[in-house]
Amino acid sequence: MPTFVYMTRCDGCGHCVDICPSDIMHIDKTYRRAFNIEPNMCWECYSCVKACPQNAIDVRGYADFAPLGHSVRVLREEAKATISWRLKFRDGREKNFVSPIRTTAWGSIKSPADYDAPRPEDFSRQELAHEPTSLKVEGGLPTLRRDRFKQGLV
Amino acid sequence: MFAINPFAALSASISPALMQGYVVLMIILVAAGTLFDILHKGSARYFFDNWRRSKSKAQELGGGELMSIAMQTAVVDVLASGEFCNMRRRIAHLLTMYGFVIYVVATVAMVFGNPTTDLWPHLWWIGALLILIGGYWFWFFIRVDVAAEGSSPFRVMRADLFVLSLIVSVTLGVIWAWLQASASAAAGVFFALYVIATTVLFGSVPWSKFAHMFFKPAAAFEKRVSNANGTRANLPAPADKPEQFGTRVKHARNY
Repeated sequence: MPTFVYMTRCDGCGHCVDICPSDIMHIDKTYRRAFNIEPNMCWECYSCVKACPQNAIDVRGYADFAPLGHSVRVLREEAKATISWRLKFRDGREKNFVSPIRTTAWGSIKSPADYDAPRPEDFSRQELAHEPTSLKVEGGLPTLRRDRFKQGLV
Repeated sequence: MFAINPFAALSASISPALMQGYVVLMIILVAAGTLFDILHKGSARYFFDNWRRSKSKAQELGGGELMSIAMQTAVVDVLASGEFCNMRRRIAHLLTMYGFVIYVVATVAMVFGNPTTDLWPHLWWIGALLILIGGYWFWFFIRVDVAAEGSSPFRVMRADLFVLSLIVSVTLGVIWAWLQASASAAAGVFFALYVIATTVLFGSVPWSKFAHMFFKPAAAFEKRVSNANGTRANLPAPADKPEQFGTRVKHARNY
């Protein structure tokens, strides 16, 4: 379900342009309002829908489940860490959902430069950089022991 | 320089009646341009259509409630530019808006009243400086095509008509007043440019976003009414249960 913008609600703040991972939210050159330049290339992450502070971005449902006359609206409440969805079908049915915000907080991910540079001997190891600590697996990586293999496998 | 009424000094070469006539003409242009804008873009029809549509599905609001919503709109959305979510944009808008109001009122007071007090010339300069700070800040750093799209601040298009004519007009006005106070020969040239830029500002209302000072409060009012009467423009109601899923944050960190 690609996204679209209500021109009357958008105030051209540019949050959606900054956040779109597909780089398809842009500012219209005439009206200075955001629009989805290529709905076919929208991978439907809804980052822009959730980030829009004016609730100006909406979702166009596919015709098979939400024919004309439907509405899919989302409300993001940072203070409650919730995202609420309201789906209205053309026949009047309505569905409401509430989910937690699961995105990673801005600036909370360490950049690669913040880690120590790999030592020469690290290049001959099977693990990738910063493993196993970055995998957060207690007790190190799980290994397959030869004595526990099924009979006939080796 | 800041205590001199620039329009009184100008009355030696241009009659006060002509200046007053020009100000009246600009007011007429703004009124006519706004009416044309409303009819041409159909913004009033859109507003009342929305209003009627939401009324049929909504719970009835009392007169007192509507008055309270109107007061909230006036105080929060109009006087404090409450609709802006980006603090930089909000501050720049407040500077430009209050600067413009002070500047226009002081200009009208000086052109029509020719007051002897220093207050109006001082207010004229303060208003002009507020517009210039807010306007140039917006123009070079906050404008969405510069801040989000990475375009050059010198790329000009029709959407810039209002803010560009405003800051050019005020910049030229300030330069003219300064040159006139220092008895420079170039003051006349800058006065002519000032009049041209001001005429563009007030005469371009149908093509610029000057009229937003009229339709934006109406839109803010409609948004508050739709929240109060339950229609909420189809948006979900605020989450109640569970009230807290994760970490509560006061300000947007996830964007």
